[in-house]
Amino acid sequence: MNKTVAMRESYGEVLAELGEKNPDIVVLDCDVSHSTKTLYFGERFPERFFNFGIQEANMMDIAAGLATVGLIPFANTFSFLATLRAAEQIRTSIAYNYLNVKIIGSYGGLSDSYDGSSHQSIFDLAVMRGMPNIKIVVPSDSVETKKAVREIAVTSGPVYLRLCRNEVPVFFDESYEFALGKANVLREGTDLTLVVTGILLDRTMNAAEELEGEGIHCQILQVHTLKPIDHQAIAKASEETGALVTIEEHNIIGGLGSAVAEVLASSRPAPMERVGIQDRFAESGDYHQLLDKYGMSCRDIVNAAKKVLQRKLQQ
Amino acid sequence: MNIGLTQEKVKELEKIALQIRRMVVKMVFTAQSGHLGGSLSVAEIISVLYFSELKIDPRNPNWPDRDRLVPSKGHCAPAIYAVLALRGFIDSGCLTTLRQADSILQGHPYMKSTPGIDMSTGSLGHGLSIGVGMALGERLKRSNFLVYVLLGDGELNEGQNWEAAMAAAKHSLSHLIAIVDRNRVQLDGPTEEIMPMEPLIEKWKAFNWNTISIDGHSVKEVSDSIQWAKQNHDRPSVIIANTIKGKGVSFMENTHKWHGRPPTREEYELAMEELGGEADE
Repeated sequence: MNKTVAMRESYGEVLAELGEKNPDIVVLDCDVSHSTKTLYFGERFPERFFNFGIQEANMMDIAAGLATVGLIPFANTFSFLATLRAAEQIRTSIAYNYLNVKIIGSYGGLSDSYDGSSHQSIFDLAVMRGMPNIKIVVPSDSVETKKAVREIAVTSGPVYLRLCRNEVPVFFDESYEFALGKANVLREGTDLTLVVTGILLDRTMNAAEELEGEGIHCQILQVHTLKPIDHQAIAKASEETGALVTIEEHNIIGGLGSAVAEVLASSRPAPMERVGIQDRFAESGDYHQLLDKYGMSCRDIVNAAKKVLQRKLQQ
Repeated sequence: MNIGLTQEKVKELEKIALQIRRMVVKMVFTAQSGHLGGSLSVAEIISVLYFSELKIDPRNPNWPDRDRLVPSKGHCAPAIYAVLALRGFIDSGCLTTLRQADSILQGHPYMKSTPGIDMSTGSLGHGLSIGVGMALGERLKRSNFLVYVLLGDGELNEGQNWEAAMAAAKHSLSHLIAIVDRNRVQLDGPTEEIMPMEPLIEKWKAFNWNTISIDGHSVKEVSDSIQWAKQNHDRPSVIIANTIKGKGVSFMENTHKWHGRPPTREEYELAMEELGGEADE
C-alpha cells in the first residue's frame, strides 16, 4: 500500500511556496482557510491573503477585479460553492473575459463525506465543462496536486482545480512531469482501457490487478486535465483497445464519462461504460463506504470492465 | 483641492451631456434595440467623469495607472459608448453598429472588444465586488488610481452589492467611489414598489460608507461630490445621484415603459427635437 497524503495539505504547502516566488500571487478564501489549508499562505503573506467571510459570490468577482490589475488570484472555497453559488460570477466576470483567476474547489466529490449531500460536490465538473474558456484540472494524488498548482500558476487564463479533502494514496514520485492537457498512460494493456480522473486512480489500479488475474489486460489512461481533454490519447486508446470504461468521483452525467464519449463520437467510437455516481444524491458516512455504496467500488470497475469487454467481443 | 467647476466648464459638461443623450437615442433607434431610460439618466454623471474626472488616456486605454470605471449597470452601454466616442477611445462611425454581429459594441459592455471599457458587465450585481478587487489590487500594486463603480438603483436589489459593501468597508477602500444612479424606476416599475430600497442612504451608512446625496443632473453637484469623495481617506464613499429615468425626453421620463424598448421613427424624431438635435445628424 502506498503512503497516503491529503491533497489539501500539499496544496496549502505549494501555495505558500509559490507565494515566496511570485509576489503577484494573492489568495482569497471564504471562511474555510483551515479546511482549504490556504491559512499556510495567509500566515506567511498576510498582506496578500484575503478572507471575505461567507461570501463566495463576492469573493469570485473580487478575484476578477484583482486579475484586471495584473495579480494572480487563487480563489478558494468548497467546490460546490465555487462552482454553483459563484457559477455566474465565474461565467460573467472570469470566463467571459478570460481573466487570470485560479478557482480552487476543495472538498471535491464525496470527500466531505460526513457532512452529507449539502456539502458534497457531484456535478461541479459538469458545470465547469459547459463554460467556455476555463481549463479544468483534477489531480489524482498529492504529488500531482503540487505539480499541477505550480503549472497553473504560470498558465495564463482561468483554471478550475478540483481537490479532495481526504488522505489518498500517493502514486507519483517527484520525477513525474505534469503536462497540462496531456493524459498519462499508467499501465499498458490491450483488452480495454480504464480511463480515470482524480482519486479513484487507487481503486482503478486495484481493479486492473484483479482483472489481470482473470486474464484481462487493461490499459490505464489517467486524465488529470478534463478540459481541454486529451483528444488524441483517448482516440488512440479507443483504437488500440476497442473498449473503454470511464471512472470518476462525479455524476456519470457531464463529467469524464461525457467528455470521453464526446471524443469517441467524433473519432473512434467503441463500446464504453461509465463508473461514477448514478445520477443521484449521496448521504453522510465514511468516505470509502460512500464510494463503494454510490457506484465507485473496485467491484463496480471490474464489472464495468467485463461488461464492456463482452460488448466489444459481440461486435 | 479642486475649487469647483468654472462657469465655462459647467456649460461644456452640460453640452456634452446633451450630446450624449442625442447619441444614445440615435444609437438605440438605429439598432432598434437597447436601453434608453437608464442611459439617459446617467448622461451628466458620465459627462463629468469622462470630461472632468477620470485620469485616462484614449491613446493608451490600458494604461496601468488609469482610473477605472466599472459600469455595473451595464445596460447604460449606449451612454458609455457615446462618451467613449466623444473622448476618442472609439471611432464614432462604429456607433451605428451597436448590438449587430461583428460589432465592437456589444449589447452590454465587453472589455475584450471595446477600448476604454475596464470591465464587462450587464448581469447586475457584480460591479461593486469587481471594484473592490480593483481597489485592493491598486493598493497591493502600489499604484495610484481611483476606482469608480456606476450602480443602478434597481441593481441594489442584488444582495451581492451588500457583500461588497461590507468587504470595501472592512478594507477601508478610500479609493473606491460608488455612484448610484437613483432614478427610482426599474424594469418592471417604480423601485419602491418592486423592491423598496429606502432608507437607501442609511443602508450605506450602516455599512460604514461615507455617503452623500445629490442632484445627479447637476454637473456641478456631480463634480463637487466627487471632489468630496476624493477627500475621504478613511473609507469608501457612495454618491446617491438622484436622477430621472429617461431624462431629457418628456415622454420617456419617469416610466419603466422606456427601460428597454426602442423608439419608432416618429418617437425618435420627437425625441431628437426635444433634445435640440436633428434626426439625421
